[in-house]
Amino acid sequence: MTKAALQALLSHWWRNPVQLFTLLAGLALATALWSGVQAVNAEARASYDAAAATLGEGQYDRLVRRDGQPMAQETYITLRRAGWLVSPVLQGRLDGVRIVGVEPLTAPAGIGPITPAQGADIGSFLTGQGQLFANAETAAQLPDLDVIIAAETALGAAITDIGVAQRLLGKVGQIDSLIVLPSQPLGRPDLAQIAPDLLVQPAQGGSDIARLTDSFHLNLTAFGLLSFAVGIFIVNGAIGLAFEQRRPVVRTMRALGLPLRRLIVLMAAELMIFALIAGIIGVALGYVIAALLLPDVAATLRGLYGADVSGTLQLRPSWWLSGLAIALGGTAIAASGALYQMTKMPLLAAAQPRALAMAAGQRAKTQGAIAAALLVVSAILMFTADGLIGGFALLATLLIGAALALPIILSGILAAMNRSARSVTAQWFWADTRQQLPGLSLALMALLLAMAANVGVSTMVSSFRVTFTDFLDQRLASEVYVRTSDAAQSAALLDYAASRADAILPIQSADTQVAGQPTEVFGARDHATYRDFWVFLQNAEGAWDTTFAGETVLINEQLSRRAGLVVGDTVTLQDSSFAVAGVYGDYGNPIGQVVMSEAIFTTLYPDISPQNFGVRMPPADVADFVADLEAQTGIPATQTVDQASIKAISLAIFERTFTVTTALNVLTLAVAGFAILMSLLTLASMRVPQLAPAWAMGMTRNQLGRLELLRAVMLALLTALVALPLGLALAWALLAVVNVAAFGWRLPMYLFPADYARLAVFALLAAGLAALWPARRLARTPPADLLKVFSNER
Amino acid sequence: MNVKALTLLCWLPMSALAQGFAGLGTQADGFSVPQPNPTFSFPADHGAHNDYRIEWWYLTANLESADGTPYGLQWTLFRSALAPEAGDGWTAPQLWMGHAAVTTSTDHYVSERLARGGIGQAGVKADPFDAWIDDWSLSGDWNTLRMTASGSEFAYDMDLTAQGPLIFHGAEGYSVKSAAGQASYYYSQPLFEIAGTLRLPEGDVAVTGNAWLDREWSSQPLADNQTGWDWFSLSFDDGDKLMGFRLQQTDGAHFTSATWIDADGTTTPFSDGALTAIPLATNDADVPIRWNVTLPSKGVDVTVSAINNDAWMATSVPYWEGPVTVTGTHTGVGYLEMTGYE
Repeated sequence: MTKAALQALLSHWWRNPVQLFTLLAGLALATALWSGVQAVNAEARASYDAAAATLGEGQYDRLVRRDGQPMAQETYITLRRAGWLVSPVLQGRLDGVRIVGVEPLTAPAGIGPITPAQGADIGSFLTGQGQLFANAETAAQLPDLDVIIAAETALGAAITDIGVAQRLLGKVGQIDSLIVLPSQPLGRPDLAQIAPDLLVQPAQGGSDIARLTDSFHLNLTAFGLLSFAVGIFIVNGAIGLAFEQRRPVVRTMRALGLPLRRLIVLMAAELMIFALIAGIIGVALGYVIAALLLPDVAATLRGLYGADVSGTLQLRPSWWLSGLAIALGGTAIAASGALYQMTKMPLLAAAQPRALAMAAGQRAKTQGAIAAALLVVSAILMFTADGLIGGFALLATLLIGAALALPIILSGILAAMNRSARSVTAQWFWADTRQQLPGLSLALMALLLAMAANVGVSTMVSSFRVTFTDFLDQRLASEVYVRTSDAAQSAALLDYAASRADAILPIQSADTQVAGQPTEVFGARDHATYRDFWVFLQNAEGAWDTTFAGETVLINEQLSRRAGLVVGDTVTLQDSSFAVAGVYGDYGNPIGQVVMSEAIFTTLYPDISPQNFGVRMPPADVADFVADLEAQTGIPATQTVDQASIKAISLAIFERTFTVTTALNVLTLAVAGFAILMSLLTLASMRVPQLAPAWAMGMTRNQLGRLELLRAVMLALLTALVALPLGLALAWALLAVVNVAAFGWRLPMYLFPADYARLAVFALLAAGLAALWPARRLARTPPADLLKVFSNER
Repeated sequence: MNVKALTLLCWLPMSALAQGFAGLGTQADGFSVPQPNPTFSFPADHGAHNDYRIEWWYLTANLESADGTPYGLQWTLFRSALAPEAGDGWTAPQLWMGHAAVTTSTDHYVSERLARGGIGQAGVKADPFDAWIDDWSLSGDWNTLRMTASGSEFAYDMDLTAQGPLIFHGAEGYSVKSAAGQASYYYSQPLFEIAGTLRLPEGDVAVTGNAWLDREWSSQPLADNQTGWDWFSLSFDDGDKLMGFRLQQTDGAHFTSATWIDADGTTTPFSDGALTAIPLATNDADVPIRWNVTLPSKGVDVTVSAINNDAWMATSVPYWEGPVTVTGTHTGVGYLEMTGYE
């Protein structure tokens, strides 16, 4: 009997291949979206982890020189001999690769992903010509060196012994920083006694790459959460459809004597097999999505934050397992409800759509209460949340609350429309739409979330773009930037540029700490470039005058927020105190910044000579200037950057960001549209008895079909109207709460009505396309089927 | 085992020690090999012999606080060479490993340091004698030495005064380690008076006692079929001393060797078979912590018992090393080292 029952169940699918397709496609799409976004996230995270592991960045305290210069190797020996367990690190660039020199005997465990299995032997690593470890991509950039391929090494970095690094980088006897091991011996003297020119840079300092790139991850995480929600909705819809369509089969089989328990087991097993197949297809699709997006994501992260993310995708068990889990788990949740209903169903019960709607009315009250509670919490959080956890709680309560409230809002609107309707047809239309709402609400919630997240994330990305490009215009005022490699080149440049440029602005900086925050100090020359272009968020009267006079300093927003410094407060640098005269926006910079006059800088940091110069000149002269520079001073063109190309690069990066965002927009809307299609198909079978009287009273099937299409578009429009304010609230939360918590600066929010309109059109298009097929089917319902409604009870 | 340890084990030739300690039997390519009838020259031979693969300065001490509580102390500096030359800078092929420990009847504090030669972080100079790694040092004019070491839970600062002459093991300092003829140069200063302060989690403790310093270097001290050793340095209450070791072989047999040291410093070497050492009991990790040691020709039949059964050196080259008490035909104290028990 089992075999016969299984055949009967499966035969349904042979007769309705389109339904089988929609079930599998729905599940697969949801899984694909979820696992695709997860894959991109996982890949990016893994790349940071590799980078962090390579350098132990953020994990350990470090010792650096107060003036930011390299320290002598003797300092390392002095510290070790005093009982400080420290390990030296030297970094530099060679042929575009970051060479990282470590000392394997003293480095903490896990620094440098080097294991003997990869071909390391201590003799070759420590002595002779030495060895470098890098991944294959990076190794290709160092053809002349003995590079051992180590896949886990951070992209763009090569790890080697510190002695080899000193030789390759021409920094013999120099060390950049010392990693302080977590466990230190008893009786260790104070740092001030042994090496007073060093300071401790606490762990989790400004070099923590992961923290920077979280900004971009926010987009992806938002999409990830959303795709999860949409995925669950869609799985639910697909399962509901499968059950609804097979009620007659179930009724027949039970009437023929198939035990309920066995029927349920069979149906559950059948569904799980489908879920597994769809899950596998979905994970494969997700892999394709991720593979297509990752190069853009990688390029974006590299360009925006300097974080190297490998552009190639690895199959990570964590994400393909999570993809399968979504498919199976979602199916299980959705099916358990449907199966439970089946056990409660009277043997020969017919579908009773109106009763279903009535029951939904009861549920709606509970749902409304939950929605209201969530929205109240999110309103409170809007004013109180600070920190990432609070920010994400705000996002979650806002999104879920709004989604749950949507059916109630729509129901209210429809009821109002019904009351104001004049013609009978219109009244029937509104009432019928209201009745369908419970069946469609899940799909509409999915559409709402998709649209809101798209509005929110697009607003955030676009606001970032506007702010950042404005900021670049302010800050990249010089037409050409030249980097010199030594004092002789600097002198040659000054000599050469004196006659050809309007002004030469040396840019000199030192790494230090202000109020415990890692900070760069800049010495700036008094010039209109700064006075004209820099925009203060907060400033005292005559801030530039007092600063260039050496009396005050200016700080960036990051330092201001993190150290709680405002205009009028005092900062201490090299034992000298300065009042803060202004706070300026410094978007994209991970660490604090202080700007002081060139003269004061030279006094405080006498060892630092400027090796970066901004050169002002008419833009038309730039090309000649750069060409002649190389000819006359030997400073190669690779050491010069012109303003125009920096801006072009920045904009190109944003274009990539938009590619990613747009691709995800389209995908989420497509998935939401699919959810609508599923729901409409589910409802279609129940609809015939409700439409038959309307047809009998004189409406043509074409009219009914058109109204069906109109209804879907109208519901999508109403949803879009709710989604817009929700999306803007989301954008505000991202910019004003989450961004500040994550990066220390607040982005001004800009509105992009054209984008929103386009999104709404996409949403309506998605809904319309989804409704097209069900409407056509309706319009072609054989009159005989409609007539049957009146001849049997079904 | 963490990755770091694994890395070190595979990297450090001195941790060839760690490949079941059998790695000490590896070939001596390019390195000098100990020869019979050595002539020592001091103080030069207190210093490093860079043309040999491995070498150590190994000090153990049995200490007592004023109230009679026993303590054990270890200070060890190992040198391991990648190539038979001193070298200079980061490419110098000499690697150094320091182990320090303090043992009480209930606790065993261990610290380890690793360093490259050639940059000044670790090394040994013969005259004036100075052996150091990081902030640990053993230095002075040999007759009087100062010794310091520290870890995250302990530190010590000790003064040592040599008592009696240096003594030479085996044939005038040529110590045979296997039937196949593997050997090392091996001499000891078996008695220092030692006094100083132990800094422990429970507070500072002033201690006095006796210390024993071993000096040994070689390039291939173990045969291929030898996997580790059990080493005893016993100081009897009547002033006599006994150094004995038992090398474990893969076939289950043992190779033993011993040196009897009279109270006046006169030595009697004993070759394979004269000394027996039989485990009587093991700790939870299957490491013997009570032994029956006999040397019939000197009328020795004693039980050697660990003061703390868990004196495991959880270093990158792990082994057991701790203070012992001696009972039986002779009574006294000493140190026990056991390798090859991982």
